[in-house]
Amino acid sequence: MSDINSNIPEGELTSKWTKYKSSVPLVNPSNKRTIEVIIVGSGLAGASAAATLAEMGYKVKCFCFQDSPRRAHSIAAQGGINAAKNYQNDGDSVYRLFYDTIKGGDYRAREANVHRLAEVSANIIDQCVAQGVPLAREYGGLLDNRSFGGTQVQRTFYAAGQTGQQLLLGAYSALERQIGMGKVEMYTRHEMLEVVKIDGKARGIIARNLITGEIERHFGHAVVLGTGGYGNVFYLSTNAMGSNVTAAWKAHKQGAYFANPCYTQIHPTCIPVSGDHQSKLTLMSESLRNDGRIWVPKKKDDNRKASEIPEDERDYYLERRYPAFGNLVPRDVASRAAKERCDAGYGVGTSKLAVYLDFKANTERYGRIEASKAGNHNPDKETCMRLGTAVIKEKYGNLFDMYAQITGENPYETPMRIYPAVHYTMGGLWVDYNLMTSVPGLYCTGEANFSDHGANRLGASALMQGLADGYFVLPYTIGSYLSKEISVKAISTDHPAFVEAEERAVGILNTLINIKGTKSVDHFHKRLGHIMWEKCGMARNEQGLKEAIEEIRALRAEFWSNVRVPGVANELNTELEKAGRVADFIELGELMCIDALNRNESCGGHFREEYQTEEGEALRDDENYAYVAAWEFKEGVNFDLHKEELKFENIKVAQRSYK
Amino acid sequence: MSTGNMNLTLKVWRQKNNNTKGALVDYKLSGISPDMSFLEMFDVLNEQLINTGEEPVVFDHDCREGICGMCSMFINGRPHGPKDLVTTCQLHMRSFKDGDTIVVEPWRAAAFPVVKDLTVDRSAFDRVISAGGFISVNTGNAQDANNLPIPKMQADAAFEAAACIGCGACVATCKNASAMLFVSAKISQLALLPQGQPERYRRVQSMVAQMDAEGFGNCTNTGACEAECPKGISLENIARMNRDFATAKFISEETV
Repeated sequence: MSDINSNIPEGELTSKWTKYKSSVPLVNPSNKRTIEVIIVGSGLAGASAAATLAEMGYKVKCFCFQDSPRRAHSIAAQGGINAAKNYQNDGDSVYRLFYDTIKGGDYRAREANVHRLAEVSANIIDQCVAQGVPLAREYGGLLDNRSFGGTQVQRTFYAAGQTGQQLLLGAYSALERQIGMGKVEMYTRHEMLEVVKIDGKARGIIARNLITGEIERHFGHAVVLGTGGYGNVFYLSTNAMGSNVTAAWKAHKQGAYFANPCYTQIHPTCIPVSGDHQSKLTLMSESLRNDGRIWVPKKKDDNRKASEIPEDERDYYLERRYPAFGNLVPRDVASRAAKERCDAGYGVGTSKLAVYLDFKANTERYGRIEASKAGNHNPDKETCMRLGTAVIKEKYGNLFDMYAQITGENPYETPMRIYPAVHYTMGGLWVDYNLMTSVPGLYCTGEANFSDHGANRLGASALMQGLADGYFVLPYTIGSYLSKEISVKAISTDHPAFVEAEERAVGILNTLINIKGTKSVDHFHKRLGHIMWEKCGMARNEQGLKEAIEEIRALRAEFWSNVRVPGVANELNTELEKAGRVADFIELGELMCIDALNRNESCGGHFREEYQTEEGEALRDDENYAYVAAWEFKEGVNFDLHKEELKFENIKVAQRSYK
Repeated sequence: MSTGNMNLTLKVWRQKNNNTKGALVDYKLSGISPDMSFLEMFDVLNEQLINTGEEPVVFDHDCREGICGMCSMFINGRPHGPKDLVTTCQLHMRSFKDGDTIVVEPWRAAAFPVVKDLTVDRSAFDRVISAGGFISVNTGNAQDANNLPIPKMQADAAFEAAACIGCGACVATCKNASAMLFVSAKISQLALLPQGQPERYRRVQSMVAQMDAEGFGNCTNTGACEAECPKGISLENIARMNRDFATAKFISEETV
């Protein structure tokens, strides 16, 4: 049924990547020096690719909208990064990481890509340690691991609750080294506004200098988008304020298919919304579920304080429903279970849209161990809590501080209140095995592509994928394309294709400035977010999605006739930046609903209320929907569906169970 | 649950660009909730300005969870405001009182020129890192990570130095606009790890030279940087950098 070619190499799953690497065409060093590659985005996927390609000898230009590449939103990832090192001797292997990822993704990811990801995972840890990334260690000096959801081994490497920060600073330092050597030209505070195509191939970009407002043309033999996810379509999410879909969406409008846009990850442990003023949501790392137990009162509308509810009146619903994985079920399962309890009237806090994440039992357990180490084998409770709190503080101190700052409550004393929030998007630009989109020469890496996580991503796998793509996959696969481009001389940016692309970009900016309507950009963004969250969020149904599509179309019309963008286009204008991004989010939102409506099954983060088991679990339809939905953009905001069939030859497809 | 009742007077630095003069402008705000973050309070101000046809205040911000280092407001004479160990985005309005007057200015340092309103140019920090804030290892050359055991205490100390978010509060608060805390944090992280040894003395010389070239001031050990650092980066790092810098002058054969 596939009508698109994913270019997966022939042969055994376990040897595909090895064979590919040893047979892929190479580009000789002198040719590399004349080949230019544009990389948009400087997060884990972008910075690692930019540094590595420059080390290999290519001429690289890297773009980010922030004031420094170090501030890309990978910086905020908290919990950790997976790797099949089996350092804990608990039975981990490349196959097991591959299996957990496919199963975690609810059998909607491509086997060959995921296996490759598992294969290179161990190299990432080696590379980062060599760069001086201070990952957590045990007293013996070796690396420490923790558990994450959806697995039964400890394969997650971490640096307190700041793993993303440390990994990104590692990639950033590698990138800065190349910038210092003149091998990467860095363009900060630049936003990509168009992809330039010549004879069907991606040959450059149009970017706006956000400080001067100047529109710039940049040529590249190939273009790589490592521009992150689109969670901000919901307005409220754990993404950074600037995270956006614009680069990916402009590429989509130039012919790059957008795959599985409805697969969004709602993370179970975030700080609940406190009011209408809220501008973003804050994650409390999944790693907290190592030591925190999730519960709600057994009694409906129980208004007692957490500390006043006795043990036998608490419902540890994850442990009750999923005894095998307990609090460490995957994110989609944990989120839905929290929603189920709150919808049924068992929620806590003033909004009743929250559940407790309680560290007391494990604090006491740690305290007992610490007391034992100090020779006190019969410690009283107070001693246990005091010593245990110190252990918890070392593991999660920054997260607890953040919680206290935001809520004004002390999480060392009272359980955290948490609720699911939009966190990650598994969908993204469709790419083949080479990470190339359906536009030749246009590549997509990291969260911005769709490739590795199926319908649900496992915790600590986003950092793994971003760095795998940038350090170890793209640098090989892009060579197979560039080896055929060595005779192409740098194309002048006076080429009509550049002129035309620039006109498109400038046209949009001028239109936005000249509408001079009455409502701010945020006004429209909030309304879009509300539609998406209510009708294309944690649970979806046919009627809601149909309504959402109509509402979004109406919102789009209103936006283009009534948005107010103050200021001018030829200077720093943050409202203009936001307006362009929200315009793209509105179009994407419609496609997400169309995709969700098309997929008449539940899988991973896509939960259609019509399709569930008697126990309320996601019910897949493998016969009709074991495919990647890759959407092609058509004039006038219309979309055509292409299908890539998913074949599972190395794994038995089953109803996902974490019981 | 969101409607608040705090009334505030803001005095905000407005400056069109680096070639024009700026000034403090007064704004009145009402209905502010104590649960809002400081930046959400600014969102309310900007919405109000847009609705009355004025240009919103431009300020840097991104992750709003205290880790990207982009937010950078000088609030009532302190970088990131009145609370210790907190970035502007994590500062909440419950730290202020109804009726307060709050003065908000950009970072002020010759090496951080104002771009617009509260936004400054901190690219000098990137240039200091690109002068030597790395370990020269290309992708693909690494040995197995556990072949290099590192004592936990040492790894933890390196991590503490590496926790710097590069926001520039240290520079903004220093009377000399010195960047010693920022630069020494990166130098310390790498000097504390075995991987950082081969380039240790070369690194300290290059980075200090770039720091000076960017126009940052000298350190006179007042300690304001440590006191105002939202991530608690310690002055010990500056001592370590100075020691390494002096050592480099004696033992290093390469002069950078």
